[in-house]
Amino acid sequence: MRIEELLAQKKTAIIDKWFDVVADTYPADTAGFIKRQKDPFSNPVGGTTQKGLTGLMDELLGEMNHDKIDSFLDPIIRIRAVQDFTPSKATSFIFSLKKLVRNQLNKSDFNEYRILAELSELDLKIDLIGLMAFDIYMKCREKIYQIKANEEKNRTFSAFERAGLIKELPDSGPELA
Amino acid sequence: MNVKYMFSLVAVIFLFLLAYVGVEAAGLQVLFGIVIPYAALLVFIIGVINRVIGWARSPVPFRIPSTCGQQRSLPWIKASELDNPFTTQGVVARMFLEVLFFRSLFRNTTSKLGEGPKIYFSLELWLWLGALAFHWSFLTVIVRHLRLFTEPVPFWIGLLEKADGFFQVGVPGIFLSGVVLLAAVFYLFLRRVIIPQVNYVSLSQDFFPLFLIFGIAFTGILMRHFAKIDVIGAKQLTMGLVTFHPTIPQGIGGIFYVHIFFVSVLLAYFPFSKLMHMGGIFMSPTRNLPCNTRAVRHINPWNYPVETHTYEEYEEEFREKMIEAGLPVEKE
Amino acid sequence: MSGPKPKELIEKIDYNPPQKGWMDVPVKIRKGMYCYASNPKSVEYVHLPHARPWNPLEEDWKLPDNWKEIVHNAFRERLDRFRSFKVFMDICVRCGACADKCHFFIGTGDPKNMPVLRAELLRSVYRNDFTTAGKILGKVAGARELTLDVLKEWWYYFFQCTECRRCSVFCPYGIDTAEITIMAREIFNLLGLNIDWIATPIANCYRTGNHLGIQPHAFKEMIEFFVDDIEEKTGVKVEPSFNKKGADILFVTPSGDVFADPGTYTAMGYLMLFHYLKEQGLNVTWSTYASEGGNFGFFTSHEMMKRLNAKMYAEAKRLGVKWILGGECGHMWRVINQYMDTMNGPADFLEEPVSPITGTKFTNAKSTKMVHLSEFTADLIYHNKLKIDKSRNDNLIVTYHDSCNPARGMGLFDEPRYVINSVCNHFHDMPRNTIREQTFCCGSGSGLNAGEDTELRLCGGLPRANAVKHVHEKFGVNMLATICAIDRAALPPLMDYWVPGVGVTGLTEMVANALIMPGEAERTTNLRGEPLSGMEE
Ligand code: HEM
Ligand code: SF4
Ligand code: SF4
Repeated sequence: MRIEELLAQKKTAIIDKWFDVVADTYPADTAGFIKRQKDPFSNPVGGTTQKGLTGLMDELLGEMNHDKIDSFLDPIIRIRAVQDFTPSKATSFIFSLKKLVRNQLNKSDFNEYRILAELSELDLKIDLIGLMAFDIYMKCREKIYQIKANEEKNRTFSAFERAGLIKELPDSGPELA
Repeated sequence: MNVKYMFSLVAVIFLFLLAYVGVEAAGLQVLFGIVIPYAALLVFIIGVINRVIGWARSPVPFRIPSTCGQQRSLPWIKASELDNPFTTQGVVARMFLEVLFFRSLFRNTTSKLGEGPKIYFSLELWLWLGALAFHWSFLTVIVRHLRLFTEPVPFWIGLLEKADGFFQVGVPGIFLSGVVLLAAVFYLFLRRVIIPQVNYVSLSQDFFPLFLIFGIAFTGILMRHFAKIDVIGAKQLTMGLVTFHPTIPQGIGGIFYVHIFFVSVLLAYFPFSKLMHMGGIFMSPTRNLPCNTRAVRHINPWNYPVETHTYEEYEEEFREKMIEAGLPVEKE
Repeated sequence: MSGPKPKELIEKIDYNPPQKGWMDVPVKIRKGMYCYASNPKSVEYVHLPHARPWNPLEEDWKLPDNWKEIVHNAFRERLDRFRSFKVFMDICVRCGACADKCHFFIGTGDPKNMPVLRAELLRSVYRNDFTTAGKILGKVAGARELTLDVLKEWWYYFFQCTECRRCSVFCPYGIDTAEITIMAREIFNLLGLNIDWIATPIANCYRTGNHLGIQPHAFKEMIEFFVDDIEEKTGVKVEPSFNKKGADILFVTPSGDVFADPGTYTAMGYLMLFHYLKEQGLNVTWSTYASEGGNFGFFTSHEMMKRLNAKMYAEAKRLGVKWILGGECGHMWRVINQYMDTMNGPADFLEEPVSPITGTKFTNAKSTKMVHLSEFTADLIYHNKLKIDKSRNDNLIVTYHDSCNPARGMGLFDEPRYVINSVCNHFHDMPRNTIREQTFCCGSGSGLNAGEDTELRLCGGLPRANAVKHVHEKFGVNMLATICAIDRAALPPLMDYWVPGVGVTGLTEMVANALIMPGEAERTTNLRGEPLSGMEE
């Protein structure tokens, strides 16, 4: 059996474990909430993650379509890019999949040369997704800075200022202005 | 191990031993059967009154109900008189549902994405159900206990007992309320331990009343069905308490004293704890006020004058510019 | 020597260390999650105490020496003045019903953003200072002493609450964490721990009448610029009046509508609507003195709220109008609906509001004498007083964001929906548990819509954006309508980040686009200059 088929059988179990890995990057009680609350609107982090991981798994075992991977990966990383994560913490969950996949295999499977070869191929695919995650993370951070810069601009209402319409507050009371 | 609930558990076990040993070994029946119950009741009454007066002493400066439904505005728009009550009747109805049925707690809905683009809604009912089961069975148990404090026993207590003992299992019959109370308290405890967020916010004092009430129900059931005590003697004691002729009948059994000691502790603990939510729910300004602030002026008793920036000061500063821009001014 | 095993390395990245009790987790003030400290000039200008430069990231906050005493006394004073505060301090049973209802908890995943825990931050000190049990039992009773770290924790988390009141809807006792946040911020204010995004708008508003410090002549010029723009797009010259004595109605709206896109289009909408109704007898004036509907004083202290709000009635009285009409703003309406009359009333110099067009009496506003524009417009449409071409909005697929304050501090749900459905053909509500009284905050309310806390705002806005995303994907929604100026400023970046392809509009902008003005030229573009439906090249 090809490793893809092998894993396809255990897909749900792997996705569940993978989901837990992502959830466990949050403080314990938050992680509990993310796992327990199934409503995608009350729990957008959980809902988005669940949807994204399922899609990623499908791609990993299937086409590895770049655009599709992007569409599943982006929402997850997008969330993590604004939260309290370093880039490595934001993306590390992808590489955990390697371990999760190996846990699903039997000891004997590792004796098969073909499986080993396929496993390293799968690892490459996972690495690829990981690299894409970095790109998305960077893109999101850039977007955040861009938003910040725009806000800064809005704040000084450049148009008004050019027209001399805004006066700074006087140093002291208005009577001295 | 969870320190938070261990502390409370140990405290309740300690209280158990205190009363049991106190009565069985040291013969302190008078202390546990008369002195402490009276003292506890006194603490309860004075404490609760004190607390409620304390709240009442702070005014309600603003009318700030949470509006949870459509306001009353235009005649052809249907207003939600329950969730956004404009009138006092509406407020009474809202409070009625809050107090008796925990309506806000009921509000938890969740939606699930189904196959295709459909969304299903379901209610997250467990906390609400557990809370209802707990409080209603607790109330039933309390009311049933009036049998021990009245002579002759009013007929409606008998009726309640009949209804409560509807499922006749064994003799003496099992009261539904007792079992439900035990189960509900256990559920409330479990959810405090298991649900991570709830566990995280819980304090020792959140576990204490749960263990205590569990202890009360447990000793109660124990007395009725297992360590059968002398019911006639117990009633003598309780009647003695309410008629202010306290007596200590012989041979009621240590468990009974533990039971009333637990109740005494609960009474004495009540005013100093979150159990005061019983009174507080009636005084919560986000629920007990009509949402008609724009129609009927609310008075703030401590409203005081404040420094403002008057139009005159404003015009003084900007007059020239205003005139230049063609804006009308008071003083040319 | 062997290095760490690979497994350990991975776990270091993957997992969080086991959890300690929340009292033992010290606060970490993170960049992007807090707002800058206030400019001392602004604080001084309105005579608030302890103006000084300080920096939240520095160890020393330059607090007054007796800061603990100040906090203690302020705490006591507020317990004595507000039953809400006292009761809420006492009766929480920590049932957790509110815990996962806060958009900041959902979005940041930070447990201290659970409303119950946010309140416990204060409650723990309350127990220590004001309750017998707490004094005797200490930590066992959930009490802790006020230290500098606790104060910093307060500051960080009470500026991560938008006072949206969503938590209070689900609490069995109606405990409103917003109310607790309001008290906490009053205490900060007494220590000079304000944030600049609140303090400077306040100072500006106090002086010039609006948050931006727009002076009277400039305010007028800006509106005149809109007048020209409207003429260009519709061929109709509207003629607004300013500070006009003898007008029937004073119109007050947040200044955000006058200066910031896309609010400006809503402001143009107001101008067109008023012009349209002029012939039918509407006599309305704008004021440059009361040119701000918003009230950032509300985010500082009750007193500051009152000081700023006073201008509305004062100006109405000076101009001799009959009643006041309020534009599309969120917290402005919480203040008007639940505070204004009590603070600055009675408004006995005004008359009970009556629509001069339809004769409808707004009996629900008979004491405060201020009517919401959505109520006013819905009434007009209901009585067929507006000629509307819905199809002009056909390229919009609209959803509606209930702003927190009109939702949970007023109950304004069906009026705006009625207006939307009357001026456009494609409207889809978001899922039920994200709208109406359960609406999710934009994440930027209560003065947190600064630039420096963008991460916080994006996290807080996630649940809202997530629901928008759902209707965007399902129905092709491309426009998010709202009746709040902060929303109009805060939602565009939120959409830009989470759901690109969804714009943000005010209600009256949509009304104005669909409104058939007498004598108008053929309308080919909307107010934004984009082609109307059917007019694309
Ligand atoms: C007007 C009367 C009362 C009302 C409306 C009321 C309402 C509520 C509600 C809504 C809850 C939250 C749900 C829950 O956690 O179970 C609650 C919790 C609780 N109530 Fe009451 N209650 C009342 C009286 C009492 C009394 C008399 C007691 C007993 C001494 C009591 C004991 C408790 C306890 C121990 C909890 C916390 C349960 C937990 O730890 O999860 N309540 N109450
Ligand atoms: S819902 Fe109310 S009682 Fe329950 S934890 Fe929250 S604030 Fe406390
Ligand atoms: S008022 Fe809103 S922001 Fe504040 S704690 Fe409650 S839900 Fe969160």
